[in-house]
Amino acid sequence: MQHESAIRQPLILGHKTYHDITHDIVSPIENKAPRAWYVLLTIAALIAGYGVFCILYLLSKGIGTWGLNKTVDWAWDITNFVWWVGIGHAGTLISAVLLLFRQKWRMAVNRSAEAMTIFAVIMAATFPLIHMGRLWLAYWVFPLPNQFGSLWVNFNSPLLWDVFAISTYFSVSLVFWYIGLIPDFATIRDRLTKPSWKKAYGILSFGWTGNAKAWTRFEEVSLVLAGCATPLVFSVHSVVSMDFATSIIPGWHTTIFPPYFVSGAVFSGFAMVLTLLLVMRKVMKLESYITVKHVEYMNIVIIVTGSIVGVAYITELFISWYGGVEYESYAFINRATGPYWWSYWAMMTCNVVSPQVFWFKKLRTNLVFTFFMSIVVNIGMWFERFVIIVTSLHRDYLPSSWTMFHPTWVDAGIFIGTIGIFFTLFLLFARYFPVLALNELKSILKSSGESYKNEQAHNTHH
Amino acid sequence: MANKVIYAVYDDPEVLKGAARKLVSAGFSVRDVFSPFPVHGLDPIIGIKRTRLGIAAFMFGITGTSLALLGMYYMMIYDWPMNIGGKPNDFFYQNIPAFIPVTFEFTILCACHGMAITYLIRNKTLPGMPARNPDPRSTDDKFIIELRTEDNHGRSAEEITGLLRETPVFEINERQC
Repeated sequence: MQHESAIRQPLILGHKTYHDITHDIVSPIENKAPRAWYVLLTIAALIAGYGVFCILYLLSKGIGTWGLNKTVDWAWDITNFVWWVGIGHAGTLISAVLLLFRQKWRMAVNRSAEAMTIFAVIMAATFPLIHMGRLWLAYWVFPLPNQFGSLWVNFNSPLLWDVFAISTYFSVSLVFWYIGLIPDFATIRDRLTKPSWKKAYGILSFGWTGNAKAWTRFEEVSLVLAGCATPLVFSVHSVVSMDFATSIIPGWHTTIFPPYFVSGAVFSGFAMVLTLLLVMRKVMKLESYITVKHVEYMNIVIIVTGSIVGVAYITELFISWYGGVEYESYAFINRATGPYWWSYWAMMTCNVVSPQVFWFKKLRTNLVFTFFMSIVVNIGMWFERFVIIVTSLHRDYLPSSWTMFHPTWVDAGIFIGTIGIFFTLFLLFARYFPVLALNELKSILKSSGESYKNEQAHNTHH
Repeated sequence: MANKVIYAVYDDPEVLKGAARKLVSAGFSVRDVFSPFPVHGLDPIIGIKRTRLGIAAFMFGITGTSLALLGMYYMMIYDWPMNIGGKPNDFFYQNIPAFIPVTFEFTILCACHGMAITYLIRNKTLPGMPARNPDPRSTDDKFIIELRTEDNHGRSAEEITGLLRETPVFEINERQC
């Protein structure tokens, strides 16, 4: 058994046994859902319904119902796409990168973070799909033999790289998540008594037995998938950033974009994980598993990635002057002082200044404050994408084509709608799925559980 | 004499490992172990070889790399070369930098899905398969060693249970098979 330093804080609080862990995670599935869950689900589903209505309206009327114009021909659609993909990054980072670094604290948060990733990537994929206008022709993005002359998709285009990156990312995350879920579904299957539920979880658990060879394979698969998902997660947002960086628009044409987008993605993703988990740990009474220490660790990731983002903003600003390209420097002066100055300064405040308060231990261990900050960071990251996209476009080379972007109710409805769909999916997940990785938590109980650690410390003193 | 299967139930992975070590050194053959989470260090004791799934993943991965490069060569260079923004398209090697992202993604796609499917098939875990663990508690908090008399020729069930009782066993179940 692995031993852990006694001064390291325990990751599982209280006197828990293996059975207690099963009980704590599975009983919310067995019991009736609390009233709060129904209330939240109703609100989320209503917003989601409105979003679906807006999407259907868009598909029936066309892209003209968005506020796009000839100059600003990419706005909220791509902003929302990048924002959602970025949010998705935290799940894979927690489950894959932290697995490779053998960080045990990930075990309490990885399952829900991965669920969040999958739902966020679904929301992200919605935007390019509906932007096609003719959704039913979406399969044209794949290199399929066709009757239009030998017309293939363009493998030189970052937009096509994005198709491959997002679809690989989504499907690999889904597989990684589900392989981890199988043993936990088996635990639920073996515990439930109601025949119909038992059968449903039996199907989901794929007949998992948990014999020695299966666990050996399980660990090998987890490790290799983590090894593959780690470069994948970095590649996905790099490719997303290349949608901009390989163009020649001033403000987009910068080589700093890939690392800057990736750290921004992790930054916003961790903020969203905190938004969700801080509520979930309270409602589902998971305080023994998702402890203040876990929240603190995540806040530290937020300071690090937030600072990287801050350095990237300042570097970008400096290079726009130092590079000596007047269009480039105008793009940045216009961002900070032009008609969209408020969005630039909202981004700067939310992303660069505000995470620095987490240097204070009091604040990064304060749960209410962390919840507030997690929302501030997500607002900031949305503005970052908006600033990059809209302010770079709205001042064209010809002053006669300078415009502003005004979102319509369809723009707003679809964006808010995706938030509703996301929360609907997450609430369903929290109700019917094991929200913590049972098998992983049990494996660290004896090395990182509070009562076991105290016992060990006690024994060594004598 | 009918063959018997014996399940020794333990409530701690370390205790189970000790018991398995004792059984194996006494010359018994352990059929299998069922546990709610991976018990590290158990495999060498009961004689489980390292899985070759990693090699499989590598094979799937290089298949993906080759397919992606071959496909892009065929589509972009051989079948219908197009002048896109003046980017070179006469030869494969000139165009290869632009092909790297898709090659990478497709490699990962094939490696991960190939490995995951192999894993599910090898474990015999597929949608709708019936549960085959001997005791529902083995996915909760119990660790179970399975021994069969047919694997231990010349030893009676009593001999096995006698040895098991010397370990801190939680309970012992015997079944005809």
